[in-house]
Amino acid sequence: MDARHLDRRRFIARAAAGATTLLLGACDKLSESNWFPRVLDSAEAVTKRLQRAVTGSQALAREFSEADLSPEFKSNGTQDPDDPAYQKLAKNRFKDWRLEVAGLVERPARFSLAELRALPSRTQITRHDCVEGWSCIGKWKGAPLSALLDRVGVRPEARYVVFFCADPMNMDGDKYYESIDIHGAYHPQTILAYEMNDKTLPIPYGAPLRLRDERQLGYKMAKYIMRIELVASFAAIGGGRGGYWEDQGYEWYAGI
Amino acid sequence: MPSLTTPRDAATSAAAPPGRQRIYRHALPVRISHWVNVVCLIALLMSGLQIFDAHPALYWGDKSTFDRPWLAISAGQNDAEELVGVTTILGHEFDTTGVLGLSKDADGEPAERAFPAWATLPGPEWLAMGRRWHFFFAWLFVINGAAYAAYALLGGHLRRDLLPSGQDLAHIGRSLWDHLRLRFPKGEAAKRYNVLQKLAYLATVFALGPLIVMAGLTMSPRLDASFPVLLDIFGGRQSARSIHFLCAAALLGFVVIHLTMVLISGLWNNLRSMITGRYDIGDSGGGHGR
Repeated sequence: MDARHLDRRRFIARAAAGATTLLLGACDKLSESNWFPRVLDSAEAVTKRLQRAVTGSQALAREFSEADLSPEFKSNGTQDPDDPAYQKLAKNRFKDWRLEVAGLVERPARFSLAELRALPSRTQITRHDCVEGWSCIGKWKGAPLSALLDRVGVRPEARYVVFFCADPMNMDGDKYYESIDIHGAYHPQTILAYEMNDKTLPIPYGAPLRLRDERQLGYKMAKYIMRIELVASFAAIGGGRGGYWEDQGYEWYAGI
Repeated sequence: MPSLTTPRDAATSAAAPPGRQRIYRHALPVRISHWVNVVCLIALLMSGLQIFDAHPALYWGDKSTFDRPWLAISAGQNDAEELVGVTTILGHEFDTTGVLGLSKDADGEPAERAFPAWATLPGPEWLAMGRRWHFFFAWLFVINGAAYAAYALLGGHLRRDLLPSGQDLAHIGRSLWDHLRLRFPKGEAAKRYNVLQKLAYLATVFALGPLIVMAGLTMSPRLDASFPVLLDIFGGRQSARSIHFLCAAALLGFVVIHLTMVLISGLWNNLRSMITGRYDIGDSGGGHGR
């Protein structure tokens, strides 16, 4: 092979490498732009609409048996909220904790753990899917969110249920929050869990109360719930995208 | 006789050099869907690796058995206490420092991540953005694939060009032998896909494509609730994730072989035919010399 061939090969190889670098750089620039992620976001709306259209609203997530329980259920996100008020409640085993339910409801109320336990309960062994890709199977017992909502009376203009949590997520002290829509809130498997695997809900898994929403990804299922608010829009809450992780760019609709 | 030419194009193109014959090989819908697919596959593969990097381990069944993944990519220390990249497949450990597990990021700093920055979209670890790219191009991939499939079925492309004839299948050994010697058909025989091409395209488009989409959808908790049969087909969500990954690897394998064949059977001729549709089949006289 003569030198000219070698040169040409080297040139083509370098040109290909250069073009690839440029292309990847351009893609990263696109990701950081304002407009391109919005184009990509159009897929979320399509996914949400289509999944809802083909799935119906009341189908139940598969429930498993005791034999399927994960021996080691991964605890993700906050393990123990770094918040003095929460720590004080935890020290007293949440006897002084009250769940505040407010917003677009007829009868705003506060519930103790005992009062929540006195509501009808549901126990379910379900698969928990993290946005990172892993799955664990756990057993949850709690009050159906629908039972709680019926107690306080939801006003017709309420469209979302927002969960405000105890765990600070950053140096500014912004706390975790999440939201689900009113249809999801009335799904039979949407429960406010106070027990996990037959024990009082442990702190790494969200004590004293966490949400279970079995048809969405893990980050929707707020832990350390302090307050529930019914709203017509979440645009004015936090970063305005409906949840702590949503404000970091994750999809509000976490059905996939 | 099945042929890729259509009557209006059967005549030798005026643009062909003297003594050469050009046929109209790829119809416009095929060319468009091909290039849309190129963009989709690149974006899907690279954003898929970004998503994989968020939890770089694969399992079988419904749940993650964290202590027993069948595939895991991580960073660890070797005997000399140096940081190394380790890929574990079915319990066997491989040192993959530099590429898998431990690689350099865009600034040349060592980064502990499964797939390296140059292979993921976006480059930095950014799961939320990777998911946005992935789902956008997944929709484009599905729409493009469905449009191609409809064209292939209704327009006769499938019957005419892709389904192997009995004669094709009877000569599969001969075709394999020709491929191994890198001998490619010219003239009359070059007007059609050969039997190995037909089988590879059919398997990729009509088996691998739908399979990877189905496996991807099975990872959706919402769809699982309404169509639990998906979980039965794939043997659980974590199995679906593994199969999705393996299908991606198989697609990458197809692309590597495809590009190799394109290169050695005539890069410019193949490229031209996928852009303008016109493919040079060699001497107008036919034969199959090289």
